Amino acid sequence: MPACTETEINAVPPIPCFESKIPNEEWAYTYDTVRTLQMNVGRLCNLSCKHCHVSCGPDRKEIMPREVAADCLRAVISRNIQTLDITGGAPEMNPNFRWLLENAAKTGVNTIVRTNLVILDTEGFRDIPELYAKYGVEVVCSLPYYTKRDNDRQRGGGVFDKSVTLLRRLNELGYGKDEKLRLNLVYNPGGAFLPPSQSALERDYKARLMEDHGIVFNSLYTITNNPVGRFREFLDRSGNLCGYMERLYNSFNPGAVEKMMCRDQISVDWQGYIYDCDFNQALGLRAEGPATIGEWAEAKSVRRRIRFGSHCYACTAGSGSSCGGATKQ
Amino acid sequence: METYYDPNDLPKFSSIGEEAPELWEKFSEYYGAVFAGGALTAREKALIALAVAHAVQCPYCIDAYTQACLEQGAGGEQMTEAVHVAAAIRGGATLVHGVQMKKILEKLEM
Repeated sequence: MPACTETEINAVPPIPCFESKIPNEEWAYTYDTVRTLQMNVGRLCNLSCKHCHVSCGPDRKEIMPREVAADCLRAVISRNIQTLDITGGAPEMNPNFRWLLENAAKTGVNTIVRTNLVILDTEGFRDIPELYAKYGVEVVCSLPYYTKRDNDRQRGGGVFDKSVTLLRRLNELGYGKDEKLRLNLVYNPGGAFLPPSQSALERDYKARLMEDHGIVFNSLYTITNNPVGRFREFLDRSGNLCGYMERLYNSFNPGAVEKMMCRDQISVDWQGYIYDCDFNQALGLRAEGPATIGEWAEAKSVRRRIRFGSHCYACTAGSGSSCGGATKQ
Repeated sequence: METYYDPNDLPKFSSIGEEAPELWEKFSEYYGAVFAGGALTAREKALIALAVAHAVQCPYCIDAYTQACLEQGAGGEQMTEAVHVAAAIRGGATLVHGVQMKKILEKLEM
């Protein structure tokens, strides 16, 4: 059994080391091919959401330079990546964002952008919805609940109303209707509890958003809050950390380890360093093997042993959780 | 946290089975079956449980089913409405029993 580091033991309540719970040693490694390259283009954001695992906000200075973005696109080509998953912060606030969309489209990769929606109604960014449609970008929007009160509590006053306006705008452009313009929403719990059934909640979101606002979308992803970043600060401050970690551990689903997103994904930070996932990135837990995406693109093999921690119980609780929602439904 | 009821007692619920294990096992099986999805969804059952918990004023159940409702996708507004349903039924029952009071009153008064 791998020993937990002292830091980890002190950092969280005493629950078993995650690696000791993996039922199949093969599941501690990535696949031989990587399907998804997730690039975090920086922590600059127009919002400061309570659940944010990377503690993004308007004052952050980390912004991915164009050279690093170009390295990512070269990796997309050299590694035959199928999905480019662009996240932030508010990825739209990266000055190279339009350049990135245009050049990603040239590679033919399926491009996803994770947007907070509100940015699309901000001066200097209002043209971006049309760019999304032009390049066939799959849009993934954070919408922590389908009611104003619960949504605004987490993301700030007025955010829900703006989100509704912008979802309608995306619908007008064909999103959620046109087969090539996918619009997916993300629910994350508004506190120290696990997400509900993805399919059950999707039905509610679809019914309520249509009935109340005339909005359509493709899929809802439910994501378990990972105990890092701003959410971890909330857990500490509110005295919920022990209870939450126990809840994650008690909900451990061994079969969900096989489908963890880190097994066929590489995560790149704003400086080009690579991680197994965005949560490891938030923790500064670098991936084994090549240090940067440039080196990784040229490496002989992409297979690597994944670096696990207690935070990984969030991705294996219940139905399993990933940036693409529940992994075992 | 100083309180008449200790929240740390909630995880000790199963210790009630120590002196009567067979009955505890029957109760546990029944309880689990009741809360499985059926004609009602798991969320509907969690909201009913939360309302009943408030009606019978069980702090353990209020704790457990607040969490359960959240994890079934119910929001604070739905939960609060469920509590009001419990209050209305409980208050209504109190008032309707007032009819008995009125009948006695009519018999006793000149």
